[in-house]
Amino acid sequence: MPAVSTTPSGARRRASAFLTWAGVLPFLVFAVLFLILPTLNIVIGAFRSPDGHATFDNIIALFSPSILAAFWVSIKLSLITALLGCLVGFLLAAAVVLGGLPGWLRGTVLTFSGVASNFAGVPLAFAFISTLGRVGLVTLLARDWLGVNIYAIGFNLLTFAGLALTYLYFQIPLMVLIITPALDGLKKEWREAASILGATGPQYWRMVALPVLWPSLLGTAALLFANSFGAVATAMALTGSNLTLVPIKLFAQIRGDVLNDPHLGYALAFGMIVLTGAANLIYIVLRMRAERWLK
Amino acid sequence: MMGRRFWSWLAVFGSFLYFFLPLLGMFMFSLRMKRGELSFEAYRVVLTDPQFQTTFLYSMVLALITIVFGTLISVPTAYWVRLKLPKLRPVIEFITLLPLVIPPIVIVFGYIRLYNTSSVLPLTGSWLGTNLLVLFGYTILSLPYMYRAVDTGLRAIDVGTLTEAAQSLGAGWVTILARVILPNVLVSVLSGAFLTFAIVIGEYVFAALLNLNTFGPYMFWMGGNRAYEPSALAVIAFAITWACMGLIQLVSRFSKFSQVKR
Repeated sequence: MPAVSTTPSGARRRASAFLTWAGVLPFLVFAVLFLILPTLNIVIGAFRSPDGHATFDNIIALFSPSILAAFWVSIKLSLITALLGCLVGFLLAAAVVLGGLPGWLRGTVLTFSGVASNFAGVPLAFAFISTLGRVGLVTLLARDWLGVNIYAIGFNLLTFAGLALTYLYFQIPLMVLIITPALDGLKKEWREAASILGATGPQYWRMVALPVLWPSLLGTAALLFANSFGAVATAMALTGSNLTLVPIKLFAQIRGDVLNDPHLGYALAFGMIVLTGAANLIYIVLRMRAERWLK
Repeated sequence: MMGRRFWSWLAVFGSFLYFFLPLLGMFMFSLRMKRGELSFEAYRVVLTDPQFQTTFLYSMVLALITIVFGTLISVPTAYWVRLKLPKLRPVIEFITLLPLVIPPIVIVFGYIRLYNTSSVLPLTGSWLGTNLLVLFGYTILSLPYMYRAVDTGLRAIDVGTLTEAAQSLGAGWVTILARVILPNVLVSVLSGAFLTFAIVIGEYVFAALLNLNTFGPYMFWMGGNRAYEPSALAVIAFAITWACMGLIQLVSRFSKFSQVKR
């Protein structure tokens, strides 16, 4: 009897295995068509010449001075805003979580961080122009009350420094959102144990808290780096084409072929994926390390 | 101890200044359209601008369809993976995180290269195709938030038992999903939905590169051509973001309330 029944049951098992997979098929097809294939197309295009041969020419062309300069500006901007965002965000989160401030402040700061980390793009640029632009609120207040023309002493919103200042508006809140759970994970017992053993406050931070926190800190810095590296709209609305960041160069390339070579566009995009991918990889690896302590 | 509290207040106060001044700045600037007095003239001009109305409506409709489509693709997949293919979970999770790794401008560049008029699937060639493409793109952008919200929501309920209970009462898959699973993860879906709305409503890069006249490109154009209206638009955009985040808090508080009752 078993010998007879194997065929139908095998067929049924195969049919049911197919049905099981059919449940995730729509998602997989969707993801392949509109996420994986478009990205692969760019990656493969970066290694192809216009007539379809495999080549490294596009990648080598990335190392021309003007493109290297764009990458350098983008990397510098992302690094500075990631590090400053980490530092300020950490101080703010530490103040709210550990600083002995009233409890309502914590909820308010976290809610506001949720809003501000999503308040990016074109409107954010407008907000900063109307605050620190040539006729912005702070510019005028400084002129009328303090007699200081900040534009005369070298400040300009439409420069690298201005853009970095603007990016911090979404970088700091993102840091606050990510680092708060890690700060919550610092157990009270550790601090007590340290002080029983005679450690001072700075010693506790240097020898207990920071070694536990550093994977979270560094990982979040990597995430913030990727976050600002991919941003386009804020920078375009703020500085127009004053500042040549990689995504702005890519935008112009997609719009009008300014590089006269579509495959150089592929290479630019590939360079972006490599950098944001590496940053995210660092984030994921360090996050896994950090979570060992949060259990 | 006093020292610690002092420095904490200082950090909070400094951050408050940095985060509050741009909000105050854009609000004050938006009131200065009429010479010599503060008025809501800029808002009146913006709100009565037919371009504003059409582009805003366009983005809103796109956001709503994105939410529906995202829900339709996220809920069944997350449910099915939890129920039948737990081994596949890391793979799916990885895919849903990819849109945070790959910059949006690269994704849309891929679309333009892959679905242009001379390709197998010439989506950018027609009105409907372009709109579908931007819709799919926004769904991809919202995937990290939508899918993960739903997946976290499913963790809290016993998917297997609920399914068996529903099946023994004679329910089919569609009934199970629509009347058992969806109501149980509704709070997660709504959280994902409000976040999606906040992202889509002012999105610029996809819309601009696919030549669609949505709210994002409209704001950008206003920024280059008008003085006071952009501030009014920024205030409106900020209010929308704030409202979306507020609604997320509201629904998640509501869910805690209903869990206590249970």
